[in-house]
Amino acid sequence: MNFRKIVMPLFGLALWELLAIWLNNPVVLPPVEEVIKVLINPNLSILGTGTLLENTLVSIKRVLSGFILAGAVGVPLGILMGYYPVIMDLFDIVIELLRPIPPLAWVPLALAWFGIGETSMLFIIFIGAFFPILLNTIAGVKGVPKILIEVAQTLGAKEMDILLKVIIPGSLPSILTGLRIGAGIAWMCVVAAEMLPGSSAGLGYLIMYAYSLSRMDVVIACMIIIGIIGLLLDRGLRYIEDRCFKWKRYLIR
Amino acid sequence: MDNILEIRNVSKKFVSKNKEILALDNVTFDVKYNEFLSIVGPSGCGKSTLLRLIAGLEKPTSGEILMEGRRIEGPGAERGMVFQQYSLYPWRNVLNNVAFGLEVRGIPKRERYEIARRFIKMTGLEGFEEAYPYELSGGMQQRVAIARTLANDPKVVLMDEPFAALDVQTRTILQHELLKIWEKEKKTVVFVTHSVEEAIYLSDRVIVMTARPGRIKDIIPIDLPRPRKRDSLEFLEYKRRIVNILKDEVLKSYNMYKCSTMG
Ligand SMILES: Nc1ncnc2c1ncn2[C@@H]1O[C@H](COP(=O)(O)OP(=O)(O)OP(=O)(O)O)[C@@H](O)[C@H]1O
Ligand SMILES: [Mg+2]
Repeated sequence: MNFRKIVMPLFGLALWELLAIWLNNPVVLPPVEEVIKVLINPNLSILGTGTLLENTLVSIKRVLSGFILAGAVGVPLGILMGYYPVIMDLFDIVIELLRPIPPLAWVPLALAWFGIGETSMLFIIFIGAFFPILLNTIAGVKGVPKILIEVAQTLGAKEMDILLKVIIPGSLPSILTGLRIGAGIAWMCVVAAEMLPGSSAGLGYLIMYAYSLSRMDVVIACMIIIGIIGLLLDRGLRYIEDRCFKWKRYLIR
Repeated sequence: MDNILEIRNVSKKFVSKNKEILALDNVTFDVKYNEFLSIVGPSGCGKSTLLRLIAGLEKPTSGEILMEGRRIEGPGAERGMVFQQYSLYPWRNVLNNVAFGLEVRGIPKRERYEIARRFIKMTGLEGFEEAYPYELSGGMQQRVAIARTLANDPKVVLMDEPFAALDVQTRTILQHELLKIWEKEKKTVVFVTHSVEEAIYLSDRVIVMTARPGRIKDIIPIDLPRPRKRDSLEFLEYKRRIVNILKDEVLKSYNMYKCSTMG
């Protein structure tokens, strides 16, 4: 472990602690140890709304459902759009128009369509994860060198073989990148979605609830958990990317 | 009928944004069954284009190409192609690259690996079955591509400067192996090369093309028994003749290039 890498975090913690002591106002900035106390007791019931662990698991479960849904729609649609110009023409303009709309702009519609509750949150997460997955899948398919398709054709491959044995394996690295980015955005979306009125569990909810009770130690503890899980998610998928796709080093000229 | 391929008045024009390029201009020739035919010509004269047309990867702008009397409408396994560029599947190891054609044609695993291993051995890649393309040198990659095409057992083998990236020794060995396969398996080979010597060493006939737009300048039958001696008088006489025919064309194409880059 490179020592230089932990200099700034340690310095930050020290600064935080000094500031907290100097301010002496936990409603603005609680001292480090108060936050750590919350973090090392994840099974303690907090403010009567379940434990930190329970709320974390609720958020993870939501993110997984929305993310899997986004992948299940985004990857196949992306492959079809990238491979068949007809399908691209059909969906292209719709996708281009919907893509720049931030997921949270969908909240009122989501509430109107699905009411307050799980379905609405799932929808917001889906919207957040869907576009990076779709766009990276399309880019992956289009990035498969034409010559690899031609080789398959001169070897007697049929349309289905080309799709299954050339297009899909060739675009897999890009698809995985899309999934990684999508997972990151889904994770941000879940926290935001849980802050909406009517939410009753999850890290986002806990943050807002703790804020209303001026419990900044809980707020910061939740933020740290969110950061750590987001980081692990990204690193995990990056690890799979690097492990599975060593062949990416082979660039076709 | 002893022609496997008939190329009839084939022209190919590429149209890009603001200009048209006539790559091939009214090319006509036949390829006989089991013939080894080479094509030489200056860079950019349309040799690759001609192979791609025979492979069915491009359509002629005018004229037609027949294989065994039937018009070629698209690519197919009976016309295998070794491409000029690197063309391996980077996510497949050597064995699975070589077995690709057999795989998509539904040959059972055991059998296709057996065939693939035979061609891997033939191209001197034994021991690299499990290696991935990014672990291979350029010459080795080209040998995998050759093995992959041959393992698929096409009737017509189209080869686009397949040995260009290889050192002299490997090149000589592979020329020898290619002749062996050609003789044994009764294949028809259309072989593009920049090396006049290679063309004479391998071929029954050598087609010399003009600078762009590519036309056929001359077709020279090589009337020497095999195995040919590269330093025999007759061989050298062929070489002198073909190099002479080529010289003007190469100069023409070079000047064309100079003009187009200066103007
Ligand atoms: N897809 C294409 N679109 C536009 N122009 C093309 C295309 N393919 C080839 N050409 C042009 O057609 C001409 C012939 O190209 P081709 O690749 O067949 O030459 P070649 O004889 O194989 O050259 P080399 O010996 O350098 O490989 C060139 O001028 C090239 O720029
Ligand atoms: Mg070429």
